[in-house]
Amino acid sequence: MCNSSYFVLIFSLSQLVSLSYSLYFHIGEAERKCFLEEIPDDTLVIGKYKVELYDENSGAYRPSTPGIGMHVEVKDPDDKIILSKLYTSEGRFTFTSHTPGEHIICLYSNSSSWFGKQKLRVHLDIDIGEHAIDYQQVGAREKLTELQLRVRQLLDQVSQITKEQNYQRYREERFRTLSETTNQRVLWWSLAQLVILVIAGFWQMRHLRGFFEAKKLV
Amino acid sequence: MLAPTLRVLFILIAFLLTYIHSNELTFELPDNAKECFNEKIKVGSKFILEFQVVTGGNYDVDLELKSPSGKILYQVTKKQYDQIEKTAEEDGVYEFCFSNEFSTFTHKVIYIDWRVDGDPEHEITGPNPRVAEGALTMIESKVGNIHRNLESCIDYQTHHRLREATGRARAEDLQERVQLWSIGQFVLIIIVAIGTVLLLRSFFTDRRTSSSASWSR
Repeated sequence: MCNSSYFVLIFSLSQLVSLSYSLYFHIGEAERKCFLEEIPDDTLVIGKYKVELYDENSGAYRPSTPGIGMHVEVKDPDDKIILSKLYTSEGRFTFTSHTPGEHIICLYSNSSSWFGKQKLRVHLDIDIGEHAIDYQQVGAREKLTELQLRVRQLLDQVSQITKEQNYQRYREERFRTLSETTNQRVLWWSLAQLVILVIAGFWQMRHLRGFFEAKKLV
Repeated sequence: MLAPTLRVLFILIAFLLTYIHSNELTFELPDNAKECFNEKIKVGSKFILEFQVVTGGNYDVDLELKSPSGKILYQVTKKQYDQIEKTAEEDGVYEFCFSNEFSTFTHKVIYIDWRVDGDPEHEITGPNPRVAEGALTMIESKVGNIHRNLESCIDYQTHHRLREATGRARAEDLQERVQLWSIGQFVLIIIVAIGTVLLLRSFFTDRRTSSSASWSR
C-alpha cells in the first residue's frame, strides 16, 4: 500500500517535471504555427503542449484562463486532415501515420479576437516512434526489470531503424522516378521544339512564296 | 523486504530514464522572419543544439544563442549545418533564434535537434544512468553500448533523410521548371513564326513599292 502511493507520487512528479522543462516559443493569438514531420508509415506520434497567456498585471506568463484552447490539425502527405481537434490549454495529441511521408502538424489558438495582440507562450514536445513510448508505463504494466526494460528499448529502436530504412527505399524509388521523368521530358520537348522549328520554317517559306507569286513580285 | 526496495529503485531508475529529453522539430521559416525558441535550463546541465537547413534558397540561415543574462554565447551567419554543445553556466531561460532576414523571397525549412541533460544532482551523463547500488554488470554495460550505437545510427539516418529531402526538393523544382519553360518556348516559337509572316504580309499589302525583302526566320 505504501509502495503504490510512493509510485503514484514519483510518477506524477515525473510527469510534472517532463512538461515543465520543455522547449517553448511565442506565437500571436491569431497566428498559426506548423511543424513538418517526415515519418515512415505505421509510426506513433505523441505531442504534448502547454499554453500560457501573458498577464499584463503581473508581467509574466501564467497558465491561461479556461477560455484559451488550441486547435491541433494534422495533415498527411496527401493533404488529407487526419486529426483536427480542439484541446484545452494543456493537451496531448496522438496519431499513427498510415502513409509514409511528410506530415504537417499545425497549432493555432481558438481565440476569437481578430487582431489579438496578446502573445501566447506554447511549450511543445513532439515524440516520434520509439521516443513516444513511455517505458515507465510499459515496465509497470508488464512488471519488467531494468535490464528487460532496456532490452525492450533496444528492440523498439531496432524496429524503428528498420522502418526508416524501408521508407528510405521508397523515397529513393520516388526520387529515381522523378529524375527519369525529368530526363524524358527534356528529351521529348527538345525534339518537339526542333520539329516545330523546322515545320515553322517550311511553312513560312511556302506561304510567303505563294504570297509573293500572287503579288507578281517573284 | 527486497521487493519494495527493488521496486522503489526501479521506479527511480525509470524516472531517470525519461529525464533526458530531446526535441526534434522541423519548421518553415518564412522570408524576412525570425523564429526563437527558449528553454529554462539549470546551471551545470549540458545542452546540444543541432540544426540543418533542408530546403530553400542557398540553404543557409543565421543562428544566435543567448544566455539568460543576454550574453551571446554563439552566433553564426549563413550556415547550413551546425552542432553546438555547451554547458550551462547560468540558471535561467536560454534562447536561440534563427533568422532569415537576409533573404527577400525564399523561405527555408529548418530541422532542429535540441537535447538537454538534466540536473547534475541526478548524475545523468548519458542514457545509461548509474544504478545506486553497485557497479553495472557486464550485460548492462553492453546493453548501454548497444543503445548508444543505435541512437547514433538513428541520428545518421535522420541526417541522410534530410539530405535526401534536400535533393528531392531540388529535383521536383527542376522538373516543374523544365515543363513550364518547354511549353513556353513551344508556344513562343509558333507565335513568332505566325507573327513574322503576318508582319511581312502587312509590308506588302500597302501597295508600296518597297523592295526590302528582309527575311527573318
